[in-house]
Amino acid sequence: MARQTGVSAEADDSGRVSLMNDPKARGLVFQALLIIAVILLVYSGISNAIENLARAGIASGLGFFGERAGFDIGQSFIPYTNDSTYLRAFFVGLLNTMVVGVIGIFFATLIGFVVGLARLSKNYLVQKFATVYVETLRNIPLLLQLLFWYKAVLSILPSPRQVGLEPGVEVIFSLNNRGLYMPRIVPEAGSSFVFIALLVAVIAWVLIGRWAKKRQMATGQQFPVFLTGLGLIIGLPLLAFLVSGMPLSFEYASLQGFNMVDGWVIQPEFMALLLGLSLYTASFIAEIVRAGILAVSRGQSEAAFALGLRPNLTSRLVIVPQAMRVIIPPLTSQYLNLTKNSSLAVAIGYPDLVSVFGGTVLNQTGQAVEVITITMLVYLTLSLLTSAFMNWFNSSVALVER
Amino acid sequence: MDNNTRSIAFVRTQESPLMAPPVSSRGVVGWFKENLFATPRDTVLTILTSLFLLWMVPPIIDWAFISAVWTGESREACLAPGTGACWAFVEAKFGQFIYGRYPVDERWRVNLSGLLLIAGLVPIAIPSVPYKRQNALYLLVVFPVLAFILLTGQFGLEPVETPLWGGLLVTLVVAIVGIVVSFPLGILLALGRRSEMPIVKMFSVIFIEFWRGVPLITVLFMSSVMLPLFLPDGVSFDKLLRALIGVALFSSAYMAEVIRGGLQAIPKGQYEAANAMALTFWQGTRLVTMPQALTLVIPGIVNTFIGLFKDTSLVLIIGLFDLLGIVQQNMNDQNWISPATPATGFVFAAFVFFLFCFSMSRYSAYMERRLDTGHKR
Repeated sequence: MARQTGVSAEADDSGRVSLMNDPKARGLVFQALLIIAVILLVYSGISNAIENLARAGIASGLGFFGERAGFDIGQSFIPYTNDSTYLRAFFVGLLNTMVVGVIGIFFATLIGFVVGLARLSKNYLVQKFATVYVETLRNIPLLLQLLFWYKAVLSILPSPRQVGLEPGVEVIFSLNNRGLYMPRIVPEAGSSFVFIALLVAVIAWVLIGRWAKKRQMATGQQFPVFLTGLGLIIGLPLLAFLVSGMPLSFEYASLQGFNMVDGWVIQPEFMALLLGLSLYTASFIAEIVRAGILAVSRGQSEAAFALGLRPNLTSRLVIVPQAMRVIIPPLTSQYLNLTKNSSLAVAIGYPDLVSVFGGTVLNQTGQAVEVITITMLVYLTLSLLTSAFMNWFNSSVALVER
Repeated sequence: MDNNTRSIAFVRTQESPLMAPPVSSRGVVGWFKENLFATPRDTVLTILTSLFLLWMVPPIIDWAFISAVWTGESREACLAPGTGACWAFVEAKFGQFIYGRYPVDERWRVNLSGLLLIAGLVPIAIPSVPYKRQNALYLLVVFPVLAFILLTGQFGLEPVETPLWGGLLVTLVVAIVGIVVSFPLGILLALGRRSEMPIVKMFSVIFIEFWRGVPLITVLFMSSVMLPLFLPDGVSFDKLLRALIGVALFSSAYMAEVIRGGLQAIPKGQYEAANAMALTFWQGTRLVTMPQALTLVIPGIVNTFIGLFKDTSLVLIIGLFDLLGIVQQNMNDQNWISPATPATGFVFAAFVFFLFCFSMSRYSAYMERRLDTGHKR
């Protein structure tokens, strides 16, 4: 009895706490207050915006999408002229963002893996070089790197004339301040055979790979999948090319007056953005790769050696699959970062989504709310899509535990 | 014969003297063999890397030191063909790079704020110095107020409008305000995301994932172009403040995720112990769980700050002159335009950013080692 004197009488008597102290009741009140506060904030924001827009005489709604854009875009993967609509300009920008994102991810992964492995190398020189690379690029803002590549490196390249190009003379390869010029492959009639052959080769490679794995699981016999695949992917299109009467030709760049014409050009803006994005992101990926490989315990490689696997097979079959489990989640966020960082294109004038849509379209229409909201939603969607895909990929390589 | 058996039965009673390792595995030669030429592949890599370094390093040294121009009054000094870096440009504009267009007579106020900051930062960064709580309070509350008074000019000091601020000053102001504001916001959001109240949790998740899903540049566009539309008529912020709001919202989402990581890493027993002690939720958070979580995530917080510090350079896109912005603006100065100026300016800015970020990342690595108790699997 005496022990219970410490407990408050109220709680002891009723067996229930007062409403004030009931966590559930307090939670409900608190959440109700939060909802009311958010609604009030949103409501006042929207009413202010409507009032301000009406006063400034700015139209609202998405009607502007159908209007004539009236400006040119430097790089476009779909047909676009200044007579096209804002909607088309939006898609040009979106496509440019996605192109630089995908190519950037490819190069960043490639360089990142090489540098990450180099940091683990026993070779002193290689290891130190990789360390300096990572520490330097990681600690300098991406925007500064982009501006550096664009303004301090690519812009001060010599002009086509200074490089020594003669007007009218075709060149195979030329790097000057107009961009990087390379021959363009011009498809002629019958060229679709070559592309079909390429597609067939890729599909055949995948199928052979599956078959070989199944056979190895069943019988233990191995099959040289990689060499066969490589042969197919080079051989089949080549065969198709020869059989169909060589339907491809090259178009070379040349100087006409002050401008370069023809050829396949990579513009300086695109090059600077790609260089900056991939080198910068690669430094982060390198660290992720290094951490992932170090996370595989030493016993694993020792066990593999004890089973008689050679070093190459050990890394391919034992180390890498386990390291990938550690690498993939942070790698996903780096891919997301790269996609988001591609929006810095606006600083060097590459026509990506932010530059075309959030910049030019916003300035021309004045519809800040709609334009910025749409831009943000696009990036949000891209982010969610990428992370959904990587989550799916991650779950397919994740360790299945009991 | 006797002699013969003796020789067969010879047993060494003393250890034979140790022979020196072979020449190929000791000294300089040994080091080279082990670290540079261990296998044929290593040899090839070493040769390729050395060739690459030989191709790359001498021109850089030549550019930065040997052919560089160290003194000069104008672009004339850097125009000669074959000159390297135009350090004279940096020298001439150094004041602007640090303070922007802050009035020369008032620059002592910036310096004083910097000293106050260092006075708070150094003791909190050294783990063995006591009074961490008071120190953190100084950095998060007292210092911002003092710096605000000094920099904007209150209480009789000459007011300095924010459009005059620039250079490293703006970079540091944006980064520090971002981190100081995002700290309490991030704690609240992290608690909200772990809350059992569904609506609080939902709002926190939406808020965090939204800001983490969009690029900072669109956030800055939003705060500079869209935010004024949502405010009542007559209320307006200056440009710097709008950028600060955007940066603070953006970084609080990242901070929330870092702190949530810390909260998740604490064993469940700690929460249960706090409950068993009859502590309320806020008492338990304040006294038991949050201090442990924050200590755990110091490296994460520093890394967020490094990211934020680098991201401050984006404010130049909405027309503020941070370090990078002011360097870029001065490159177009008629008096200093030369082929070498852009590279020099960018290299200088890169060097300053590198100094800050690299030292912070070393610090974060040091704390990580210190906090690693060796209990991890």
